[in-house]
Amino acid sequence: MARRALTGSRIRQRRLDLGRSQAELARATGISGSYLNLIEHNRRSIGGALLNSLARELGIDPALLAEGAGSEMADALRAAARTLPEAGAEEERAEDLTGRFPGWARLMAAQAGRIETLEEQLAALTDRLTHDPALAASLHEVISAVTAIRSTASILASGEALDADWQGRFHRNIFEDAQRLAAESRTLATYLEGPGEAALRTPFDELEAALEQVDQHLPLLEAGGTPEEAVAAMPGLSRATRPLALAWARRYAADAAALPLARFGPQALEAAHEPGALIAETGAPAQVVLRRLACLPPADGHPAFGLAICDAAGALTRLRPLPGFSLPRSGACPLWPLYQALGQPGRPLAARVSLPGERAPPLLVHAAAAPAAPAGFGAPPPLTSVMLVRPAAADGPQPAPVGPACRICPRERCPARREPSLMTSTP
Amino acid sequence: MAKRVLLIEDEPNIIEAISFILTRDGWTVHTHSDGETAAERVRAHPPDLLILDVMLPGRSGFDILRDLRAGEGTAALPVMMLTARGQTKDREMAMRLGATHFMTKPFSNAEILAHVRDLAGG
Repeated sequence: MARRALTGSRIRQRRLDLGRSQAELARATGISGSYLNLIEHNRRSIGGALLNSLARELGIDPALLAEGAGSEMADALRAAARTLPEAGAEEERAEDLTGRFPGWARLMAAQAGRIETLEEQLAALTDRLTHDPALAASLHEVISAVTAIRSTASILASGEALDADWQGRFHRNIFEDAQRLAAESRTLATYLEGPGEAALRTPFDELEAALEQVDQHLPLLEAGGTPEEAVAAMPGLSRATRPLALAWARRYAADAAALPLARFGPQALEAAHEPGALIAETGAPAQVVLRRLACLPPADGHPAFGLAICDAAGALTRLRPLPGFSLPRSGACPLWPLYQALGQPGRPLAARVSLPGERAPPLLVHAAAAPAAPAGFGAPPPLTSVMLVRPAAADGPQPAPVGPACRICPRERCPARREPSLMTSTP
Repeated sequence: MAKRVLLIEDEPNIIEAISFILTRDGWTVHTHSDGETAAERVRAHPPDLLILDVMLPGRSGFDILRDLRAGEGTAALPVMMLTARGQTKDREMAMRLGATHFMTKPFSNAEILAHVRDLAGG
């Protein structure tokens, strides 16, 4: 009904934009002025030959006047407007824009989509630059060598007289730094363009890729195999990644022993994978249930879940993204229940959340923090937090706001903001 | 008497180049390369201007600056920070900790000379 109502409004707006009177347009299309008035005020529905006739007179594609036409584009434009409210875009006129300037509207919507993609890439690159010590050290070495060469070369090129001693010393320094720069450049190039994408992967990324290849499910461990056997069966793991893989396989094996697949799989299907119901039914700790749900085989009809696990400092040790869900390795938004749970160990949290942006789907998350190992007397327990993520139904209560990292989050007034965002105009 | 600049930096060829430029301009330049003992060195012989690299062996330039700003004798010392990382957050961190100026490598000789003259009143 709402869409139908907009058709009349679009006709009226287009007519006014063209400076044509209602009576004149009515005459041109063979209807009475009062009938056109009813149409324009959305009191009569319109379609077929009359819609085509009006569209022809108004010089616009009938599809753009018709019920629902252009609404997807208008939604995209409204979403784009909300990401930059200070621009003052007239959201209520998005449909006018799509109707009158379809090409510009497509361009704006496409650019908004591209910005979103670039923001995601920026997040990934920021994460990489922050967490790849080899890359950071190499860049530092290159910049230091360039600084020394630039400074020394400027002295030599200044034209001022230098005694032979200084001159020889500076030439030698430039030669040394040039050699150092060449060597470091080669190292950097090899590192960045080495054997495919694998050269860019950290052990953390490598483990995630290996687990993704098997849909998070390790049949060998479900069948009683040892963690060592399970890791040996994962192809192509580097030496640096194997300890991480073994730690995960041990955790997986313990979880599988606590909640065997033969029993837990049907229970999960029966409970529609609702963690609260499964915790109550199995009596297992919340973290075990959350991890088990993330590792159920899709072949048995289980959905894919996002999973994040972090230590007490908030550093991620596991991350399985989902469409619409990812987290940076550190510096992530503290509003995620994953981090909130760390302040309430033993108390599972459930929330409906969404990232910024109108197109961000709502997510249903369950998180629980608990000691990773028994604490000694007087020592703080080493906490870990586990968060299970899945898409939430579109209709439901307003999701709680969460973000990526502050630097790429557009929520300017967020109480959890640590640093200014690159995505806003705030200095 | 020539004003004194203390350069805390661990890259020998950068030290040599900066020292040469400043000495030729009439400054007395002292150098130090170890982060861990840098604050002590400054307190023992406070210069008229400190040029402080961020990434130093033993202790970061940020930690050294924080330490100096907390000390009575060095709280107002002009400090120019040098870093290979031009990220906004590094600049903000430096300014928040009380750096007088922040310079990103690679810099030009003219640039560093102009800022030294400006900060130390040469």
